[in-house]
Amino acid sequence: MSIGLTLLGLLESGPRHGYDLKRAYDERFGHDHPLHYGQVYSTLSRLLKGGLVQLEGVEPGAGPERKRYAITDAGVTDLDGWLGRAEKPEPYLQNTLYTKVVLALLTGRSADDILDTQRAAHLALMRTLTRRKSTGDLADQLICDHALFHLEADLRWLELTAARLAALTEEVLP
Amino acid sequence: MTAPLLVAADVRRSFGATPALDGANLSVRAGEVVAVMGPSGSGKSTLLHCAAGILLPDSGRVTYDGAELTALSDARRSALRRSEFGFVFQFGQLVPELTCLENVALPLRLAGTRRRDAARTALEWLARLGTADVAGKRPGDVSGGQGQRVAVARALVTGPRVLFADEPTGALDSYHGEQVMRLFTESARDSGAAVVLVTHEPRVAAYADREVVVRDGRSVDLERAR
Repeated sequence: MSIGLTLLGLLESGPRHGYDLKRAYDERFGHDHPLHYGQVYSTLSRLLKGGLVQLEGVEPGAGPERKRYAITDAGVTDLDGWLGRAEKPEPYLQNTLYTKVVLALLTGRSADDILDTQRAAHLALMRTLTRRKSTGDLADQLICDHALFHLEADLRWLELTAARLAALTEEVLP
Repeated sequence: MTAPLLVAADVRRSFGATPALDGANLSVRAGEVVAVMGPSGSGKSTLLHCAAGILLPDSGRVTYDGAELTALSDARRSALRRSEFGFVFQFGQLVPELTCLENVALPLRLAGTRRRDAARTALEWLARLGTADVAGKRPGDVSGGQGQRVAVARALVTGPRVLFADEPTGALDSYHGEQVMRLFTESARDSGAAVVLVTHEPRVAAYADREVVVRDGRSVDLERAR
């Protein structure tokens, strides 16, 4: 999952310091894997170099200077593109999809659209695998079945998430 | 691209005060398999029943081969269903008193085919679906997978132009469900029939050429966000 794009999503609601960004990220998406400060600042510096964020102000502090970062128009375009694009269907996508759904809710985009775009991509791959199965040998069939069962699990998660969007919205946007 | 053979447009249907369909759309071309997906209670079976002329919509249009199905009398709609449509349901709905062969031959007999010819054609279909060995048995004496293949043979035996299947593998395990779906879709494609397949199982829907998703009685275009 792209940390840079997730940080852009968190910046869309307004400029933040690196420390605030790390806290917001860990709270929403960090779970067992909180970000290291080094990761946050190296990612922000990459986004800055790429013109996706800009410095909004620098405040002197007791320690190092505190920089405030803001998303640029180019950053919003990149974020929009990422959220609107289906992830390449493969097993265990939940982390990325969960992040996209939460960011959509946080930024006022349609979480339903994200789930449906992904459903369409998953179903398209499942159709391809099913066709391949019908012409393949037994080994081919078993390999395709394995992938199909995993994709189906993803789809069930997508359906369950769609059914729980109202509850998730209440949690994300109290 | 050929014109759709069957079209349901902006179909609405309520049961008492409960709306089941609230502006659903569906179209299927000859030789095409379309899966109708959606959560339980979303209205997908009601959409199938309206598209097949079993239920009349409160509003909206269903057209088959250019003619408005909703404008036909009950008798003409029933005749059309018998001659042009085939049905497979979750539980085969075979007649328990008849043998599997007689079950498959039944639609032909109802259409006036002579007993011997009907039995010969029925046996050919049972063989095609790998169940010729159960021809003389009654439905209660065969396995779920065999019974469902017999039901598929019965649906296909008259050479219908549209096949409607409602959760056809819902009562089967994965292995037998796959067998039934493969035989069902292959046979339908070979015969050039259009198929409307209602399922909540993605692996079953993957046998289709495309899918229509029904949510809260409305059809949803999954590709809209792209």
